Amino acid sequence: MPSVKFIAHDGQETEVHVAAGTNVMHAAVDNGVSGILADCGGACSCATCHCYIDEAWQDRTGSPDDVEEQMLDFVMELKPNSRLSCQIVVDDSLDGLVVHLPEKQI
Amino acid sequence: MSDEHAVIIGASHAAAQLSAGLRQGGWEGRISIVGAEAIPPYHRPPLSKDYLAGDKHADELLIRPATYYEQQGIDLVLGSRVTRIDRAGKEIELHDGGRIPYSKLALTTGAHVRKLDIAGGELDGVFYLRDLNDVDRIRAYVGPGKSAVIIGGGYIGLETAASLRKQDMAVTVLEAMPRVLQRVTAPEVSAFYSRVHAEEGVNIITDAQVQAIEGGAGVEGVSLADGTRIAADLVIIGVGVIPATELAEAAGLEVNNGIVVDEYARTSDHDIVAAGDCTFHYNPIYDRHLRLESVQNATDQAKLAAGTLCGKLEAYNALPWFWSDQYDLKLQIAGLSQGFDRVVMRGDSETGRSFAAFYFGGDRLLAVDAVNRPKEFMSVRRALGQGQSADPALLADESADIKAAFS
Repeated sequence: MPSVKFIAHDGQETEVHVAAGTNVMHAAVDNGVSGILADCGGACSCATCHCYIDEAWQDRTGSPDDVEEQMLDFVMELKPNSRLSCQIVVDDSLDGLVVHLPEKQI
Repeated sequence: MSDEHAVIIGASHAAAQLSAGLRQGGWEGRISIVGAEAIPPYHRPPLSKDYLAGDKHADELLIRPATYYEQQGIDLVLGSRVTRIDRAGKEIELHDGGRIPYSKLALTTGAHVRKLDIAGGELDGVFYLRDLNDVDRIRAYVGPGKSAVIIGGGYIGLETAASLRKQDMAVTVLEAMPRVLQRVTAPEVSAFYSRVHAEEGVNIITDAQVQAIEGGAGVEGVSLADGTRIAADLVIIGVGVIPATELAEAAGLEVNNGIVVDEYARTSDHDIVAAGDCTFHYNPIYDRHLRLESVQNATDQAKLAAGTLCGKLEAYNALPWFWSDQYDLKLQIAGLSQGFDRVVMRGDSETGRSFAAFYFGGDRLLAVDAVNRPKEFMSVRRALGQGQSADPALLADESADIKAAFS
């Protein structure tokens, strides 16, 4: 099972193991990692699962589609590596993925 | 561990949030969620969308997996119906005679479907759509070439129509009013959804007076007052919901179009909070009391309710928002349009599939229906949350940056 490491705004690290095919939002929520709200449950409708992909992983997670891009435009503290975590599916190629969490969602 | 016990009735979206919120807020006592269904709290919006369309499995609907509740020390008491709240004895009674003591109680009982009193309503193949179990049973009737009649042209009816078309069924939607979505949108938006559904092959009949559901062993069709008869292997009724207030009412809590709660999600008994579809609450942004059927309200109110039970009072001040996915249409709604007297359109709703309808009451921006327009949705969500209004001329002008329209 691929692992994902979440690094909270205060530096606290949590590593979780998830089944391939799980999205990054669920990887956090299912394991009680706080900092991801995910109010809409992954419908790309709320922009409350904002995260920053560690720069070393940015190439492998790809780039946001048009809807995600427009939603991202309104998150707090947008950065070039901002993503909505519900839109990134973890497979074996992302084993070890490192995700940074923002100070707050919307 | 303290002796305190927070009991949450209804394994709903609000319950999932409330239980997590209690732990995050430092609640050290026991927490139990009592639910009538056999599974932990799950996302209901996909039921009429991806789940009905067969694109999602039941375990993907769970808000959090069962292991989460275990880890957090939250007891799930599933398959149990609560029959009574004993406020004097601070206990709840279960259908099997069991009793659970509480020190604090939370009601997240949601809503029941509104039932139609109609001939043939009990035939095999006639369904309401609210629970996972409803959709599991409906799916046995779904298949290419079969036909479905949906009674009710609201969001649930239209989402259901889209999901069934995706599986190559012949689909008819019957709406009693002159247009679909009449109670919740402007005529322009209703016309848009009627057009798209027609383009996707759905037969929409408005001003439809349903007379009877017909059949023998199983459903065969639906007849209208004007003599029209539509064949159907499956009938789904989606004509709204009523708040689940029976327990609260029997316990003597104040109920008025929902369980009445204050800005801290407290009922008339301050040891009992309530959150979600079942509540009637004050919204300061619109300066009126509301009952909302939405994930947003369930989540936001549950967060407050958890805080209240942990002794941290924070007043409700959330902007309502909603979404509805049909075909390639992503509708996002921010605010409440009720009471609007003017609609400003941005984009082409008559031939295209991307536009936003901004609702105004006088000079005040009330809400937006944004179809495939996340930017417009998010702009309005932010602006209304901050008490801003907008310039109608700039909203209507596609060449102007949407962000410039708000002040």
